[in-house]
Amino acid sequence: MGPIIVVVELQNDAMSPATGELLTRARQLAQARSTRVVALGFGEAARSALAASGADDAVLVVGADPYVPTLAEAALRQMVRETSAGLVLLANTTMGMDLGAATAAAEGRPMVAYVTSLTAVEGGEFTATSQVYAGKLVAEVAVPEGSVLTVLPGSWPADDAVAGGTPVREVAVAPESAMELVRTIEPETGDVDITRADVLVSVGRGIQDPDNLELADELAEALGAVVSCSRPVVDAGWLPRARQVGKSGQTVKPKLYLALGISGAPEHLQGMKDSEIIVAVNSDPAAPIFEVAHYGATCDILELMPLLTELLGEAG
Amino acid sequence: MRIAVLVKDVPDLVEELELDESGRALAVDDLSYVPSEWDDQALEEALLLKEASGAHVSAVALDTGDIDNMLYAALAKGADRAVKLVGDYDRTMPGRQRARILADYLADAGYDLVMTGVQAVDDLDGQIAGLLGGMLGWPHASVVRDVAVGSGPVSFVQEYAGGRMAEFRSATPLVLGVQAAKKPPRYVPIARIRQVSRSATLEEVEAGAPSAESTLAVQRLYRPEAQGHATMWEGDAAEVAAALVALLDEQHLRS
Ligand SMILES: Cc1cc2nc3c(=O)[nH]c(=O)nc-3n(C[C@H](O)[C@H](O)[C@H](O)COP(=O)(O)OP(=O)(O)OC[C@H]3O[C@@H](n4cnc5c(N)ncnc54)[C@H](O)[C@@H]3O)c2cc1C
Repeated sequence: MGPIIVVVELQNDAMSPATGELLTRARQLAQARSTRVVALGFGEAARSALAASGADDAVLVVGADPYVPTLAEAALRQMVRETSAGLVLLANTTMGMDLGAATAAAEGRPMVAYVTSLTAVEGGEFTATSQVYAGKLVAEVAVPEGSVLTVLPGSWPADDAVAGGTPVREVAVAPESAMELVRTIEPETGDVDITRADVLVSVGRGIQDPDNLELADELAEALGAVVSCSRPVVDAGWLPRARQVGKSGQTVKPKLYLALGISGAPEHLQGMKDSEIIVAVNSDPAAPIFEVAHYGATCDILELMPLLTELLGEAG
Repeated sequence: MRIAVLVKDVPDLVEELELDESGRALAVDDLSYVPSEWDDQALEEALLLKEASGAHVSAVALDTGDIDNMLYAALAKGADRAVKLVGDYDRTMPGRQRARILADYLADAGYDLVMTGVQAVDDLDGQIAGLLGGMLGWPHASVVRDVAVGSGPVSFVQEYAGGRMAEFRSATPLVLGVQAAKKPPRYVPIARIRQVSRSATLEEVEAGAPSAESTLAVQRLYRPEAQGHATMWEGDAAEVAAALVALLDEQHLRS
């Protein structure tokens, strides 16, 4: 089998945790299939992550930073073709969504998205599970050699730091002019930092109406907590972006995460599943949030919030 | 600027997702369907572009069954044209097949910008925007917001983890997987959609046959095995509130 290509992503200038997870599984599978791991990183900023990748071949695409989707795609496709890649692993991030499906389609390879497990099976193929229908179902799929997979961050543990010092080799891609970066935009800093709160009262689309946010504010005050939310609440303009928990928002790890009217889509779970205690209240007993919550209830959050506020006031 | 917005419907997750006898697929005929929420965002963003700069917006859907209302709704919201790609299609078609048919149609349909939802709840074999970008060889980007069109290149913002973003400019034709529109999708009353369905026509285009290209073999579809399902507090809101307060006390989390 051709090599397993892992696309390296950075977070705060270091290798992203999701990349560490991919490399770990890639090394195991490469050993099982007697093949190599090729780590592919974009731009000078990726050099130290590549050197610490523990891959058999670490390849830096020169001139590919900052990230431009078209350029990165051209480089990945070139690498897939040149090496007759046996598998291509990306994290299911923005970069993974940009490059995964397009590379698969352009190179005529199968594609599996939202992967949560990947194992080698006898006879040469692989099996993967994927989260579909917003986490309500799991699909187990046969993964033929040559497939491109995007893996949900946090799906399996990463090995501790591997010995650094992988030699990094450089490749160039033809400059590509269809798309150009205009500017990068740093995250909005909000009035509060939700990543520092001990207790978060987190509201989702179940809050139904912006007027009901008052109930969450009052509860948070009674609890000495901070209000955070799922993405649709931000997209509706009801709370500022700095309050958003999840894939495209903040990753939080409070002592208590109270999820009110949040279904528990994979993109939300990614940002809060490591909280110490998770309590979820959702009228749908089949909501995926209950899979990660420690305690749960199916009552109406609009009824619960004022009752809880009152109870805390009385006893406090 | 000619914009195509690709829309599709997906099973309504509010209802129980019934599986068929094989255990490998949904019982597609027993489910109810709603427009994919991110396609709705893409349509809204396109309609805002039309209002801001006079773009011409076509809503395009594959005729996988019962999709007319979705297209009439797009017209009622302000789309200029609704295109129904007809062929031997049904709702079990994987995304890769759908993408190939759409790509063949889009290749010479004359659109400058193709917008669709960043993902759908059922796109196991890849998001449509990326698949189309790869098949057509057009520039494309996913997780996109704040699209702006003028006489020159299209500009847009792409989102990353932690709230970081970047603004890009791109030549056309271009495919964008839209995450969120500048405003929440507009609502049109059913009466208005009915009215439109009586006066407007959907343009039918005979499109290609589904191909078996890179089809995935799903071996099993199942509800996640509860790895550690929450301990459920039964009872009404008052009882749940009491249980929560007891937990707070036990964990010394009262302020
Ligand atoms: C690239 C990408 C990035 C994303 N990033 C994020 C992110 O960072 N954060 C994020 O949260 N999402 C993110 N999403 C969106 C994510 O896919 C989901 O759409 C979102 O998390 C759903 O939010 P929700 O749970 O509030 O809404 P829904 O899924 O609509 O759930 C609302 C829940 O409320 C319950 N409910 C309704 N009324 C009541 C009531 N009165 N009492 C009790 N329960 C009630 C319902 O049963 C339902 O389960 C992202 C998506 C994409 C594609």
